Amino acid sequence: MKKFKIAMGMVAIALTLLTVMSCKDTKKSDEHMEMDQNEMNHDGDENMDMDQNGMQNDEMMNRDQKTSKATAVLNSYLELKNALVADNTEVAATAGKTLLADLAKFDQSSIAGAQKQEVIDIIEDAREHAEHISENSGKLDHQREHFELLSNDVKDLIAITGTDRVLYKTFCPMYNEGKGGIWLSETKEIKNPYFGSKMMKCGEIQEEIK
Amino acid sequence: MKVLKIIAIILLLTFVGIQFIPTTRNQSDIVLSTDLMETYNVPEQVEVIFKTSCYDCHSNNTIYPWYNKIQPVSLIMESHIKEAKAELNFNEFGSYSERKQKSKFKSILSQVKDGEMPLASYTLMHREAKLSENEKKALENWINKMLESL
Repeated sequence: MKKFKIAMGMVAIALTLLTVMSCKDTKKSDEHMEMDQNEMNHDGDENMDMDQNGMQNDEMMNRDQKTSKATAVLNSYLELKNALVADNTEVAATAGKTLLADLAKFDQSSIAGAQKQEVIDIIEDAREHAEHISENSGKLDHQREHFELLSNDVKDLIAITGTDRVLYKTFCPMYNEGKGGIWLSETKEIKNPYFGSKMMKCGEIQEEIK
Repeated sequence: MKVLKIIAIILLLTFVGIQFIPTTRNQSDIVLSTDLMETYNVPEQVEVIFKTSCYDCHSNNTIYPWYNKIQPVSLIMESHIKEAKAELNFNEFGSYSERKQKSKFKSILSQVKDGEMPLASYTLMHREAKLSENEKKALENWINKMLESL
């Protein structure tokens, strides 16, 4: 009987350890499923956005070739921004995923000299933020933290590549415990992505970027 | 009772079996010139905080607990450390672009403030890694100072 007790003890340990492991696995596959769903729900909107921007793009082409470089990045950045405005963490995660793909495709070949390294740094940093946003569906605060850093990256990126549309650099002085945070918006009307419905109108336009 | 015994034996065999899964250990005694401590002038108190609470996972050298030799603990730790280093490796901090360093500093600030880091599963077994309010404050002050200078 004593032997049996020892054996049972060991089994108990084994079981606990195995449970820990399997828990981890299930969590992972759940996340994947969630992501897949988001993707499906989202395909529709994305295509619509794309068409609109496609049209915009053609107009821009004649004006300045480099402006089209950041188009895809700006599209998904703004999509992400609007998801955060709407307090929608799942759509934000999906937009983060799209942005991650767009950043990976960003063509930096024609950028020369000192700016090249800066663009490489910007893209690398922005990719990390986009990745975090895409992986943290359900953690709106965490997504917003990375969105702030991402906004700085995108702002610096278009300072080099130019923009294909008018953007407003908007500042919310209350974010980040009073340190403030900026974002880029396609509209003059203030819609705050850091606080969403809690403080929709907080912010002031600092700069019009054309 | 007989069924129980069979189950017990199967589980026991599984447990013994997984002990043979090999894992690579995260150990190195090379001090890289890109280490955070080499890159910046870190006050001693803050250095100790980084080394006891962060370096086990966020560097190339882990001080392993004895139970790491038991599976599936080693496997779990291996994947944790791999993930942690990909995210932030203090041994390579100096090789990061200024932009990335800034981002990492800001993320450290918010992760520590929110109590997300160090991980609860880590401090559970490493009580000394748990950050006191004083330690948090010291870390925060130093990082804020760094952010202003970067």
